[in-house]
Amino acid sequence: MLSLRNSLLKKSTAAEKLSLLVRKNRQFATTSNAEDVSSKYNVIDHEYDCVVVGAGGAGLRAAFGLAEAGFKTACVSKLFPTRSHTVAAQGGINAALGNVHPDDWRWHMYDTVKGSDWLGDQDAIHYMTREAPESIIELEHFGMPFSRLESGRIYQRAFGGQSKDFGKKGQAYRTCAVADRTGHAMLHTLYSEALKHDTHFFIEYFAMDLLTHNGEVRGVIAYNQEDGTIHRFKAHKTVIATGGYGRAYFSCTSAHTCTGDGNAMVSRAGFPLQDLEFVQFHPSGIYGSGCLITEGARGEGGYLLNSEGERFMERYAPTAKDLASRDVVSRAITMEINAGRGVGKNKDHIFLQLSHLPQEVLKERLPGISETASIFAGVDVTKQPIPVLPTVHYNMGGIPTKWTGEALTVDEEGNDKPIPGLFACGEAACVSVHGANRLGANSLLDLVVFGRAVSHTISDTLQPGLPHKPLPNDIGKESLARLDKLRNSEGPVHTSAIRLKMQKAMQKNVSVFRTQETLDKGVEEVEAIDKTFEKDVGIADKSMIWNSDLVETMELQNLLTCATQTAVSAANRKESRGAHAREDYPKRNDEEWMKHTLSWQKDTGDAVTLKYRNVVYKTLDEKECPSVPPAIRKY
Amino acid sequence: MMYKSLVGLVTKRGLASGVEHTARMKSFKIYRWNPDTPSVKPVLQNYQVDLNDCGPMVLDALIKIKNEQDGTLTFRRSCREGICGSCAMNIGGSNTLACLCKIDQDNTKDLKIYPLPHMYVVKDLVPDLTNFYKQYKSIQPYLQRKSFPEDGKEVLQSIEDRKKLDGLYECILCACCSTSCPSYWWNQEEYLGPAVLMQAYRWLIDSRDQASHIRKEMLENSMSLYRCHTIMNCTKTCPKGLNPGKAIAEIKKSLAFE
Ligand SMILES: Cc1cc2nc3c(=O)[nH]c(=O)nc-3n(C[C@H](O)[C@H](O)[C@H](O)COP(=O)(O)OP(=O)(O)OC[C@H]3O[C@@H](n4cnc5c(N)ncnc54)[C@H](O)[C@@H]3O)c2cc1C
Ligand code: SF4
Ligand code: SF4
Ligand code: FES
Repeated sequence: MLSLRNSLLKKSTAAEKLSLLVRKNRQFATTSNAEDVSSKYNVIDHEYDCVVVGAGGAGLRAAFGLAEAGFKTACVSKLFPTRSHTVAAQGGINAALGNVHPDDWRWHMYDTVKGSDWLGDQDAIHYMTREAPESIIELEHFGMPFSRLESGRIYQRAFGGQSKDFGKKGQAYRTCAVADRTGHAMLHTLYSEALKHDTHFFIEYFAMDLLTHNGEVRGVIAYNQEDGTIHRFKAHKTVIATGGYGRAYFSCTSAHTCTGDGNAMVSRAGFPLQDLEFVQFHPSGIYGSGCLITEGARGEGGYLLNSEGERFMERYAPTAKDLASRDVVSRAITMEINAGRGVGKNKDHIFLQLSHLPQEVLKERLPGISETASIFAGVDVTKQPIPVLPTVHYNMGGIPTKWTGEALTVDEEGNDKPIPGLFACGEAACVSVHGANRLGANSLLDLVVFGRAVSHTISDTLQPGLPHKPLPNDIGKESLARLDKLRNSEGPVHTSAIRLKMQKAMQKNVSVFRTQETLDKGVEEVEAIDKTFEKDVGIADKSMIWNSDLVETMELQNLLTCATQTAVSAANRKESRGAHAREDYPKRNDEEWMKHTLSWQKDTGDAVTLKYRNVVYKTLDEKECPSVPPAIRKY
Repeated sequence: MMYKSLVGLVTKRGLASGVEHTARMKSFKIYRWNPDTPSVKPVLQNYQVDLNDCGPMVLDALIKIKNEQDGTLTFRRSCREGICGSCAMNIGGSNTLACLCKIDQDNTKDLKIYPLPHMYVVKDLVPDLTNFYKQYKSIQPYLQRKSFPEDGKEVLQSIEDRKKLDGLYECILCACCSTSCPSYWWNQEEYLGPAVLMQAYRWLIDSRDQASHIRKEMLENSMSLYRCHTIMNCTKTCPKGLNPGKAIAEIKKSLAFE
């Protein structure tokens, strides 16, 4: 495995020697040039056909698909696979299996386009919804312990934004579920499936940057937390599956580790990110902790109440009510609170009531959230309502890709151009199947469908075991220099304080309701933090073994890259579409804005550049599945 | 640096707590070991945290210490809601998840925090779980069948059969149970331990699986099963309320009736 070792770079593996080096560095707070830096670190080289960064749902599905197809595949992850944030997904995964009522994947396709507020690429949505049933059956065959119907088939529940017959025949039951622990069951299933195949896992390795040469992506460079070594994975194809960046905000449902690392790696390599202004607020994060209460709770019959005890969703979405699309419900809650009808001491949240549901439903279908509500809100759901608030939940934006998983940029004329060697899938990618607003239970689907698509595309275009073209000996030196600088940083402000400032700035200014004024303020505040980050930051831990202070600081730098581009893209888009709701431009404006935002920011502190990409309006096959023409979105 | 000035601040507040009734300081004594200085013995380091300015869980306190007092304090965490299994450690004498463990609000008592017991320590509260993961892999934790339905659909499973997996599949592989088991402490090389055995049972009783014969043979041959003396520490400590001790007893029963 430890194939080529580069002679120019230090070879010591002895821990003592390394710590000696480390201690020496401590005395000289360095600003040395890059060559010197690489000689201070123990760098180990690997050669693989493919390297996958991330071992959540998307990364695992891509990695074992590649291993299965005969590729020598490395899967690099900063977390042990089953600790990835996919594990927290609760509600379910959509597919038109038709186990509860007759269903058609074209209806799912229609709902997804409508949910995306016509910013989704219809070729990709076509592909995802068509492949959905097969992907779910595949998961079941891997052993995923789906809840069951009387018929013995996979249980399917109601979820927001899902309808029958192109929106004409009411609520669909399309969301396949494992009680309210679907993500946990799916992630554990995918990990064990990966164990069957010969995937080489590199666990608790923190990927820092892409290795690029002559405009091609040739692998990644990573920091092994366990022993402090640096690893360069050279690969013909690199797949980014690093998840979202919820932690750019103060209150979010995502884990501490959702820090947009992959997105930032792509930015630093000089490639664009897409549609970052579209950040989904989930209607029901627990007030205070931000822990999620799944939409499945409303799917099983729960509803929202304001301080007057009114089921206010009936006013905002007469047909779908509490199961309208997430952006619609989050906005409604915010409007109720702004109108003074919030609950609690500060009238700043809303109640989600489940106590009217039969005990068996709570026990069988929602056991996890009953537990979570009790631990984090001190509420007994059989008797009391849960205090909830719209909470940052999902990033629709990310690394632009085609439905094949190939990462994209644009040429001078604005035409799509694949980035040689680079793929992305999962929440880190923007395929874009979710457009301006993701429907609940479409993300888990996105992970498995496009994780698999990546492995298919690569199998179609690459042979296992091809020799590697030479690379410069010092490739990755900028990345090492960055690590070295942060590790030895002696600025006046600790990482945690800068992070908090960024999170508050985003939460306050780039939120559910947006105006030019708040967004400009957001840009100003976040850019100021981004600009002074490298000067301000100072960390305490200077060691190389399990330096979580350093990792959190690299993560913060990545978050800042995502946050800055999010704020700038949001301030630029002068319309309301899906999750991007502007008070000063309340209408969707297809004429000017039915296009993807592309944003570039190469280095921390740089100004963000924006361009646009066309939305793909045509499906993969207009005969099999005609595209859905734009219409006003009503629920 | 910021954290240094904060250390000063906190100590001052700690001393002045009699006057400043807003602060309610509690002592957290935390196991520290630095791999860069392997010959230096591990120590319990004392940190003071103001409970009036801290979230309710032990993980909140750890993060607060790391953010404001000592950036070198090292521990694993991710989801902060008890589902990823990262933050398992020994808190006040029992193995549990820091993110689900409420801080005892009695601030006259200090709280001791150690890594999971009887494991190699990588640094501070971070144990080496390599062997635990290897053992998990060894039980082939995936569905094994000779064939799948011809119609290309799911393998059918009745509601009752599916119910048999409840209380088993929810395991988050945190290793709290295994590292509380005396048999596991002393025989980690041969004994699979409660967490992994419970997963072995989960696959054994899945009505869709057709490899139960091989699975049982593997368990029988390894003898590993019989190192469990039904001490039940595992079940007592599981932060997810699962019952690995019972699962092991069930395996023994099903082997006895072969
Ligand atoms: C609380 C919650 C509930 C949800 N419920 C649902 C639901 O019911 N249905 C649904 O469809 N969707 C749901 N979602 C959304 C969905 O779970 C996520 O979008 C999805 O799981 C993301 O998966 P992923 O594989 O892209 O990334 P993740 O699962 O986040 O995995 C990211 C991986 O990348 C690795 N990684 C990241 N950075 C680095 C780095 N620098 N170096 C090395 N490795 C790195 C991590 O270790 C990890 O393995 C939910 C989300 C949340 C937060
Ligand atoms: S019941 Fe068995 S597995 Fe559990 S603690 Fe006791 S000896 Fe260990
Ligand atoms: S059985 Fe419980 S304690 Fe043991 S690993 Fe699983 S969740 Fe953790
Ligand atoms: S942080 Fe995930 S279980 Fe505690």
